[in-house]
Parts: sequence; structure tokens; C-alpha cells
Amino acid sequence: MNAKTAVESERSLYTKSETKKKTLMTNLWKYKSFYIMLAPGLIWFFIYKYLPMYGVIIAFKDYNVMEGITGSNWADPWYKYFQIFFDSPYFYQLLSNTLIISLYKILFGMVPSIVLAIFLNECKTMWFKRWIQTLSYMPHFLSWVIIYGICIAFLSESTGLFNRWLTEGGASSIPFLTSTDWFRSILVGSEAWQSLGWGAIIYLAAIAGINPSLYEAAKVDGANRFHMIWHITLPGIRNVIILLFILKLGHMLDAGFEQVYIMYNVQVYEVADIIDTWVFRTGLEQMNFSLAASVGLFKSAIGLILVIGANQIAKKWGENIW
Amino acid sequence: MVKNKGDRAFDLLVTISLILVGVLSVFPLLFVVAVSLTPIEEVLKNGGFVLIPEAINFDAYTHLLSQPKIPKSFMVTIFITVVGTIINLILTTLMAYPLSRKNLPGRNIFIFLVVFTLLFNGGIVPTYLIVKATGLLNSVWAMIIPNAIWSFNVLIMKSFFENLPEDIFEAARIDGAGEFRILGQIVLALSKPVMITIGLFYVVGHWNEFFQAVMYITDPALNPLQVVVRDILVQNQDQIENVDAVIPTATIQMAAVIIASLPIIVIYPFVQKHLTKGMLLGSIKG
Repeated sequence: MNAKTAVESERSLYTKSETKKKTLMTNLWKYKSFYIMLAPGLIWFFIYKYLPMYGVIIAFKDYNVMEGITGSNWADPWYKYFQIFFDSPYFYQLLSNTLIISLYKILFGMVPSIVLAIFLNECKTMWFKRWIQTLSYMPHFLSWVIIYGICIAFLSESTGLFNRWLTEGGASSIPFLTSTDWFRSILVGSEAWQSLGWGAIIYLAAIAGINPSLYEAAKVDGANRFHMIWHITLPGIRNVIILLFILKLGHMLDAGFEQVYIMYNVQVYEVADIIDTWVFRTGLEQMNFSLAASVGLFKSAIGLILVIGANQIAKKWGENIW
Repeated sequence: MVKNKGDRAFDLLVTISLILVGVLSVFPLLFVVAVSLTPIEEVLKNGGFVLIPEAINFDAYTHLLSQPKIPKSFMVTIFITVVGTIINLILTTLMAYPLSRKNLPGRNIFIFLVVFTLLFNGGIVPTYLIVKATGLLNSVWAMIIPNAIWSFNVLIMKSFFENLPEDIFEAARIDGAGEFRILGQIVLALSKPVMITIGLFYVVGHWNEFFQAVMYITDPALNPLQVVVRDILVQNQDQIENVDAVIPTATIQMAAVIIASLPIIVIYPFVQKHLTKGMLLGSIKG
């Protein structure tokens, strides 16, 4: 028995790499059904996620429809389209529109949701709480087209309800949806409306995780409800708030393409045009593929840095994002 | 329990605020419904729309449904929702199950490949060129195939599978069941909640499909509901009133909005709890 093991271990010393290869092969064979399952998905990921990543090289080429992605000539100099973008007047405009809209959306998205979560938690009538939750989650599932329709119903200059009230009250009507003064507020406001209840879910879950004995102890010490919110509930969900804030900052170059694209119009481009909408128009409507791809790559690259940075910072709060 | 004055005032504040939130959430849609049902006589009489019309009629709805545009796009949307969701669920499950097996060789590489697509993407233009190269432009499949798997849903489903009790798999393997049988008969039977939740996310995503349609579809016959409704919303007065002068433009527009949102609103109360669960599953991950 012992001798046999000794021989085997000796042999394994000699052919270590070979057996390693063999075990890997048998292992792969053992798991073959899993690889067969993975195959369609991996092929899909390769074609529709990774080939476009290869396709970003057209940002460095003079893309020509006839020659295709590989056949087109390299741009001279290679950063030609980036240069065009950085030198153009819309560089500053697009970047500031994107950041302003994003930051306002983060602020006006998070604060009301946090307040709602705290109020829902303070509500002790269960059936009432559930009703409010069901009602307030609903807008999250409406498409931006629907929400744009709702905006028209209230804000349209000719038939909107608000303008009817304004004109009845003797004021003049306001073209909210085509006004550069109002348009960003409408973007931010409609998103805040859509995500108010849905955004509260995660804070509610965090509040539910707070140790109830803290509240008991505070009650004994004579704290009122407001004290308890301020000194127990808010500190209890502080980490979640910071975490979500950082993660949202990581995505701040996505100011909401679909929403802006559906709701904007030529009159408000100046304040509403974000990187994604500009890339869409330049690339797919004006067929200026290389310039649009270079701006898209600029956005994706900065986005990658922001998201990874956000993850690193978030990890400091002891939470793993993936 | 004895409550002091301050606490009672606070309760009142909470209740009133929550009622306001509830009203704020549904009132806008109710107003849209009211506008969509207001007859022209009343608009003329009042000089505009009111919150509660005295009379209602369904002219705007019959008008929209009697023209081919809305019914046709409705069919397109139903097709991409049904077929798209089936494809989504099959592909997502086939990815998530192997990735949930902790000793699968290469597992971490595959997971990284999925996660990386959440961090970086080729952007709108290169993606368009690949979709074009695969021959999907102006086909209904352009709204299904390029978005066939949501990386995030793969991760949610994977972590659900990871939490299934390992003994069941072992027992089935000892009984000689292959992995495909285990997936089809055991895993799926145990995964109804996550399947419903992820399936619903895909359904809502397809029903609200807009982005891929404006990217890849130029043939008006293939436009999904959301695109057609958006066209109706941005049309000016003349374009709509030329068709039928007795229905106000806004009434037609709002009727279109209601047609496009009705299916979601109708199923929402019944599936709400699954969706909420999914949000929590997702937020633990993300």
C-alpha cells in the first residue's frame, strides 16, 4: 500500500505538467454540458458586446462605409476626431449639460426618496403603507413616451392644465416644453416623479436592518420621534446613502439618453443636448461615424474610470458592489 | 400606549405627506385619462380641459384604433414582448446556471466577461455598425437580438442559483441525471420566483421599447407602439386635425398615451410584489 503510493507520487513528480494537463482535460470534459449551455450566450456576448468594443477603432480612422471597420484608412493624425471635438464649441456645452442634468437628477432623485422611505417607515398602519407603496412604485414602469405625454397634458402651451390656470389667473402662458429656462427642470422633475417611490425601496430595506433595540433605548431616554429619525434612522442608513451617491456619480455621464431624446426639441438643444443625444444625431442621423464614435469612446472611457473609481471608494465603506 | 402631542402631530404629518405622495403618483395619469375622454363641445365651452369632464366619449380611441397605425404597432410590440422575453429567459438561464457552479473551470473569466460589459461598452455608433453587419437593420429582430441578454439579470439569476441547496444537485447527479435534465427539471422548478421577477423586467423593457427601434428601424411598418405614440405626441395640430376635425388634438394624443400604458397599468398591481423583490435582489448585488 505504502510502496504503491510512493511509486505514484514519484511518477506524479516526473509527469506533473502532463497530469495537470490531463486533469484539466478530464475536468473540461466533465463539465462539457456547462460549456454547451454557455456557448449561445458567450457567442452573443462576443458579437453584440465585444465586437462593438473592437469597433471603437473607427474613432481613430476615417470611417468609410464601403471599406468597413477594418478596411478604412487610419485618421491622420490618429487623434483627428478627438481634436475636432475638443476644439468645437459644443464640447463645453455637451459636457456641462450632461453634468448639470445628472447632478440635479442625483440630488432631486435621492433626497425625496430618502424622506419617503423614512415616512413610510414611520407609518404604522400596514394596509395604508402598502397602498402608498404600490401607488408610488407605479410610475417607475411607465415609459418615457408616456411620461412625455403626461408632461404635455400639464405643460403644453395651448392645452396644458397649468397654462390654463395661468391664463385664467390673468398671467400669460409659458411654453414650458420649448423654453430653455424650464426644460432642465422638466427633465429633472419628471425623473424625480418617476423614481420617487421605487428609489425609496432600497432605503426602506436599509431602515429595516437597523437594530430595533436602539429605538427602545432611545424611547426610554425620552427621545421623541424626530430625535429618533435624526439620531438613529439617518445614521443607520448613512452608509447606504453614501454608497448609492458614489455609484450614481460613477454613472454621471449617462444623463438619460432616452428621456432627453424623447422630450427635447430644437428650441432647447442649447440646454438639453447631452453627449449621448449628440452622438446619436451626429453618428446615425448625419452619418458622421468617426466623429460620433470618438465622442462615444471619450464618454465610455471617462465612464469606465468613474465607475471603477466609484467602486474603489465604495469598497472603503466595506461594501462590495459586484 | 400613551402618545404625547408632538408624536401625534408627527403622525399626522406622516399621514398627510404619504397621502400626497399617493395622489401625486396617480393623479397625472388620471388627468391624462380625463383629457382622452373629453368631447370637443366641452373643450370649446370651457376654453380648455378640466380635471373632471361633464360628459365623456371614446371618439379618440375609436379614431386611433380604426386607423392601421396603432393596431399594427401594437402587434409589433406584442411580438417583441412575447418572443423577446422567451429568448431573454432561455439565454439568461443558460448563462446563469453554469456560472453559478463554483467549481466550473474558467468561471471567473466568464463572469468577468459579463461584468465588464456593465462597465464599458463600444458606444452607440460601433454597436449600430455591428447590428448592421449582422443584417438586422429594419427587421423586427433588431429589437430583440441586440438586447437578448441583460448582463445584470445574468448576475441576479446566478446569485439566486448559487443559493439553491447543493444536496439536491448531488442527489440528482448520483441518480444519473445529466446537467441539462437537472437544469430543466430541478433548477427551473425551484426558481419560479426569480424567473417571474426577471421575466417581468424583460417584459416591461420590451413593452417600453424605444431606443433600439429609433436606432435600427426606418421602416414605419415595423415601428413599435412607443415610437408611434411619440410621433403622435410631437405632431403639430394640423397633421392630426386634417384627419378628423371633430376630436381635439390633445384628446387624440392622450388616448394614444393611455393605449400604450394600459397593459402595464393593468398587470402592475398583480405583479408588483415580484418586481419589488427583484429590486432588492438587484440592489444587494449592485
